[in-house]
Amino acid sequence: MSGTYLGMPAFPQAARDAVRDRRLRGNLRHATHTIRAKRAKAVTEVSDWAELREAGRRIKDHTLRHLDRYLVQVEEAVTAAGGTVHWAADADEANRIVTALVKETGESEVVKVKSMATQEIGLNEALEAEGIRAYETDLAELIVQLGKDRPSHILVPAIHRNRGEIRDIFRAEMSEWGRPAPEGLTDTPAELAEAARLHLREKFLRAKVGVSGANFVVAETGTLVVVESEGNGRMCLTLPETLISVVGIEKIVPTWRDLEVFLQTLPRSSTAERMNPYTSMWTGTTDEDGPRTFHLVLLDNGRTDTLADEVGRQALRCIRCSACLNVCPVYERAGGHAYGSVYPGPIGAILSPQLRGTGSDIDASLPYASSLCGACYEVCPVAIDIPEVLVHLRERVVQGGPATRRGNKVLLKPARGHAAERAAMRAAQWAFAHPGLLRTGQRLASRTRRFHPRTLPGPGRAWTGSRDLPAVPAEPFRDWWQRTRGGEDGAE
Amino acid sequence: MRVALFLTCVNDTLYPDTGRAVVRLLTRLGVEVDFPAAQTCCGQAHYNTGYRHEAEPLARHFAEVFGEYEAIVTPSGSCGAMVRELYPRMGERARAEGRGSTLAATVAPVVPKTYELTEFLVDVLGVTDVGACYPHTVTYHPTCHGLRALGLGDRPLKLLRAVKGLELVELPGAEECCGFGGTFAVKNADVSAAMGTDKVRNAESTGAEVLCAADNSCLMHIGGTMSRLRVGMRPVHIAEILASTEEGAAV
Repeated sequence: MSGTYLGMPAFPQAARDAVRDRRLRGNLRHATHTIRAKRAKAVTEVSDWAELREAGRRIKDHTLRHLDRYLVQVEEAVTAAGGTVHWAADADEANRIVTALVKETGESEVVKVKSMATQEIGLNEALEAEGIRAYETDLAELIVQLGKDRPSHILVPAIHRNRGEIRDIFRAEMSEWGRPAPEGLTDTPAELAEAARLHLREKFLRAKVGVSGANFVVAETGTLVVVESEGNGRMCLTLPETLISVVGIEKIVPTWRDLEVFLQTLPRSSTAERMNPYTSMWTGTTDEDGPRTFHLVLLDNGRTDTLADEVGRQALRCIRCSACLNVCPVYERAGGHAYGSVYPGPIGAILSPQLRGTGSDIDASLPYASSLCGACYEVCPVAIDIPEVLVHLRERVVQGGPATRRGNKVLLKPARGHAAERAAMRAAQWAFAHPGLLRTGQRLASRTRRFHPRTLPGPGRAWTGSRDLPAVPAEPFRDWWQRTRGGEDGAE
Repeated sequence: MRVALFLTCVNDTLYPDTGRAVVRLLTRLGVEVDFPAAQTCCGQAHYNTGYRHEAEPLARHFAEVFGEYEAIVTPSGSCGAMVRELYPRMGERARAEGRGSTLAATVAPVVPKTYELTEFLVDVLGVTDVGACYPHTVTYHPTCHGLRALGLGDRPLKLLRAVKGLELVELPGAEECCGFGGTFAVKNADVSAAMGTDKVRNAESTGAEVLCAADNSCLMHIGGTMSRLRVGMRPVHIAEILASTEEGAAV
């Protein structure tokens, strides 16, 4: 619901510019193909991958089915361990809660662990409006923040940038936010990382408030889990006096035993590592160690509505690994920004129209941002059948029908702009119900074939703009079959 | 064995050569082929574009037309997947909407006996060498629904490797979608065209004369892109290769 995404054009328009941006296409192709190959290798190493995937699916489905019970268990466990639990129905409420909590500390800056939930609610912008500065500390998020940019990938939000662009951003922007980039900074990865390390170090040591999300919340003990690669998360989770974690309600796993499954599948699916470098876990507060105050903000923001839909609810199994982005041929060419959401790629195409509804142009266009090739489903470590949900949401767009919005059952109207398509689909259905009519149409096409143009006007240009039309044959198969009695006459 | 040819509306209208090739191939292998003239369309375009309810009468029509046959063979991975994977799902959805089990019961008999052509050859007839001869360099593109929905695996490759005179060359990025995707090709024409161009460039890099696939819808998109880019390659359906013999081309 971040304000930066309001008024986005529909996906096809947004994708058009990306497709023509040669540098962007090059960056994305290189990055997605590299990680795609690494992931495939990391997954092949595990002999029981299919079983782990099935276990992950079952654990998530079970938790979602009994979410009411597990949410209460989390609240009780976190409270017992010295934390405070807040409930946020939507983005505005979550932002109000976090802003008030920061203000109570008297601080005017916070350090942040990379978090999709806080991106989703536009927390940085909300804090900024109240005079509180949020510093992103994940390297890629830092690049995005310094570049006044938007994330374009769940795991590597600056995937659309290459090294040279990152160096330019560091040189131009770091001084505005704190320690400037070192003199003579080059675009070698080691130098760029060192510049970020020096820039961030002063933030870590100064910050009194940390803000995070969580990859998992273990219900039986009320333990939050963050997995990361850079160690910035560990800094933010341990150094500040106050820690505020904003977590979507679907992040719960019942037990530590369940966590075991995801700590195997998540790193291999996301960074293609056997194990991620840093896994931080905390349970409420501990005397003399880590933050003295801990707040957990449980975020709904459309999740309960999504849960009410029996086909679409599987999207809530997502563990944000981004394997589906890295294999998606559409994402590779359109880039993350075209999806108009912090959740790009295949998972974004089914998550955004459910969390936000299908009311806006961009959200109504997202279910069509796929050729239904199925590569996303194949790699998903929790077996979300993304093509199935895409088609289900297409139905919701063209047909409307029952849905849940803010906890209420509503009957959605069909989206605008599909009237001609609907008429064509119904006409085709009618024709296909009458084989004789189909044959008449086929014969008409065959007999007039000499007059068929090579390119089409109007909407037909969508095909002939890049592809020639197939030549219509002299007769349809059914006429040949009838004429030759299935080829028995030897006539061809 | 008497089987029904479910040719698909696209092949019937635009690619009758593929239909003739299937008939010739199966007849050569001793299969009695029938073409039920009442067949029209499986409803895939309707279903995948969001018109599931409009696809239901087409699914019922399909079940009526093909219900009596021992086996139903189709030279299209995506239409085969429509019947095998999505007809049962349509039945389930109708049930979930409180419309009873009629649709599920109607489509149930045709689901397990519908086969994509290469599946039928390898699994049902148990042949990989169909006695074909095709003296050309060929690269094979596994279409997405055949690959991932039906799980055709290496069946098409086994069949192609057994063809006399055929030199099979590997297609780089073979398992990446060509960008057709039904109405995706026109709804997201720019992305679709970019995917198609990459597929054609990969095919071109193999030096093959022919790009072969088991689905003419994808080949229509790839072939249309090839001719627009003036790439000297031909798209050919696998049935036409397998039907070709030393006496001559399939059709």
